[in-house]
Amino acid sequence: MEPILTKYVREPNSFTLDFYLQHEGYDALKLALTKKPDEIIEMVKASGLRGRGGAGFPTGMKWQFVDKKSSPRYIACNADESEPGTFKDHLLMERNPHLLIEGCAIGCYAIGAKVAYIYIRGEFFHVQQILEKAIDEAYARGFLGKNIQGSGFDCDVYIHRGAGAYEAGEETALLESLEGKRAQPRNKPPFPAVVGLYDKPTAVNNVETLCNVPLIVAKGPAWYSALGPEKNGGPKLYCISGHVKRPGVYEASMHITLRELIEGHAGGVRDGHTLKAVIPGGSSVPILLPDQLDTQASFDGIQKAGSLLGSAAIVVLDETTCMVWLAENLLHFYRHESCGKCTPCREGTDWLHQILRRIERGEGQMKDLDLLQSVADNIAGKTLCAFGDAAATPVLTTLKHFRHEYEAHVNEGRCTLPATWRARQPVGTTH
Amino acid sequence: MSFHPKMAYGATFHKSSRQLEDEGPSFAYTPENRARFDALVLRYPPDRRRSAVLPALYLAQYQQGYITANAIRHVAELLGITRADVEDVVSFYTMFYTRPVGKFVLQVCRTLSCAVNGAECVTEALVDKIGIKPGETDPTGTFTLLEVECLGACDRAPVVMVNDAWHECQRPEDVSTLVDDLKARGEGALSGCYHVVEGKR
Ligand SMILES: Cc1cc2nc3c(=O)[nH]c(=O)nc-3n(C[C@H](O)[C@H](O)[C@H](O)COP(=O)(O)O)c2cc1C
Ligand code: SF4
Ligand code: FES
Repeated sequence: MEPILTKYVREPNSFTLDFYLQHEGYDALKLALTKKPDEIIEMVKASGLRGRGGAGFPTGMKWQFVDKKSSPRYIACNADESEPGTFKDHLLMERNPHLLIEGCAIGCYAIGAKVAYIYIRGEFFHVQQILEKAIDEAYARGFLGKNIQGSGFDCDVYIHRGAGAYEAGEETALLESLEGKRAQPRNKPPFPAVVGLYDKPTAVNNVETLCNVPLIVAKGPAWYSALGPEKNGGPKLYCISGHVKRPGVYEASMHITLRELIEGHAGGVRDGHTLKAVIPGGSSVPILLPDQLDTQASFDGIQKAGSLLGSAAIVVLDETTCMVWLAENLLHFYRHESCGKCTPCREGTDWLHQILRRIERGEGQMKDLDLLQSVADNIAGKTLCAFGDAAATPVLTTLKHFRHEYEAHVNEGRCTLPATWRARQPVGTTH
Repeated sequence: MSFHPKMAYGATFHKSSRQLEDEGPSFAYTPENRARFDALVLRYPPDRRRSAVLPALYLAQYQQGYITANAIRHVAELLGITRADVEDVVSFYTMFYTRPVGKFVLQVCRTLSCAVNGAECVTEALVDKIGIKPGETDPTGTFTLLEVECLGACDRAPVVMVNDAWHECQRPEDVSTLVDDLKARGEGALSGCYHVVEGKR
């Protein structure tokens, strides 16, 4: 498939309004404004667009659930992009910011909102500056603000900068953060579509999701859904990183397989090395093994293989990667990022990390393996938000597929696979 | 005034007078920052000024380098919320510093994709070069070294963020040069993101 969302990202001026307008930019918004808001929602529903933020929930349905009796309503665009291995929204906002702005405006029109907040992670400051400039340009040329293109529709888009918290990517935590509080999630239900930002109906949508909306409006839902397999339509951005020759963002139809992505687009694993494991959807999802490479890289395909597409962050690991070390590395992340609101996650991630560190250093015992399993089982499914499941996953999946590596650490009293890409001495902190 | 005529108010220590942040010098926004703040709060509904707490704290941090109790008080007063509300936020988000940091904060990504591409060796090189451990600031106040979690540019691993500027695909020998460069040229040595730089070429 020819890239659509990222077609022009290598062009030097792709982020400017002039460039965007020369390439059919904002045509979809103009077209949308001639239709009724409900028609737009129907189009998005018919397209089968599924959220690109991680859960893959149908966007049209989410918009339909937005309570139209209560106002004002809001769009909160999730640009927190913090799932380890994910860097697609980064590219879209940096090189194609007007597409996102157009998506926000169409989204607002569809659900009857007048304001969209783009919640961008604090570390993306350089991206934020590009986006801010693009928003200014859009206001100046009447694509945002009052009475857009003479249609009578008003829409404001504001950027809200986060300050370093993975959990702010969870939709209700994002809303809390936007309200000026700690990024700790709320109980669901009520869902944001009914009680969201400032207790008003809110649609929380990922950057890539909103970037797909102008395509659907411009080219029609049938064209859109035909791009991919059934229920997995449209173009998809894949983030490939780790031990590959050409890491990067690759756009493809979801017909593509993991093998085509990894061996084709990303050039395969480094020379002289062999593939050991693939994490197909960001650090929060189960590992797939080399014999599963022919899996279709769609939401449903990856799920059938026993994992999740998540944020389509494919991390490729070669034979030099110690799986106990990998679990420890990721649990360091989860321990650091747990928002602390519920006990199993706040305490459990720390316990898991302590046990993993012990084993990795060669100080573990066989009974630690059962302890790991039991602590992880007591986090998964027992927490307020999906972070708990995510944090337990690296432990459960490595224990399942690579238990022998854990046992080797205990038996030999050391890491049995110290990689050359690691430091000679431990340099890590435990903060 | 005390609620008992014979007893002076606040004469002894009470929990509520506990001080978490460094009091710091007296703090108020500069006129430019005050103007920025006034523009920022307009983005949120008038009865939801609290929403501006993160941007307001960024302004304070850019002005003073880190967040002090006085800065918290100033932000709280402007937003019409309590100091505790602001403190709550400051203590949660990792990008706010409650202690002075060096002129350049070197933040090495330590998460999976960067780690398997040698991030530990990059940190090690910085430790050797500057002579401080992660979490520390050097005596001259030039560098602070931190390890951070995934920065969202794993294809350009390992990533080192210096203040707000990104340095990507860093090898141990690169960061050593980077440190020398920062010493010699100051902020002029900060680069942009790969995609931006590439676009300019
Ligand atoms: C712990 C956690 C972190 C998340 N982080 C992000 C994120 O960084 N970006 C994102 O778009 N969605 C993230 N999500 C998913 C959001 O909760 C939400 O499902 C998504 O923003 C909805 O948008 P979509 O329907 O367009 O995918 C996260 C979820 C959880 C549980
Ligand atoms: S599961 Fe973890 S991140 Fe989610 S609410 Fe509980 S403590 Fe916070
Ligand atoms: S792992 Fe370092 S940027 Fe993602």
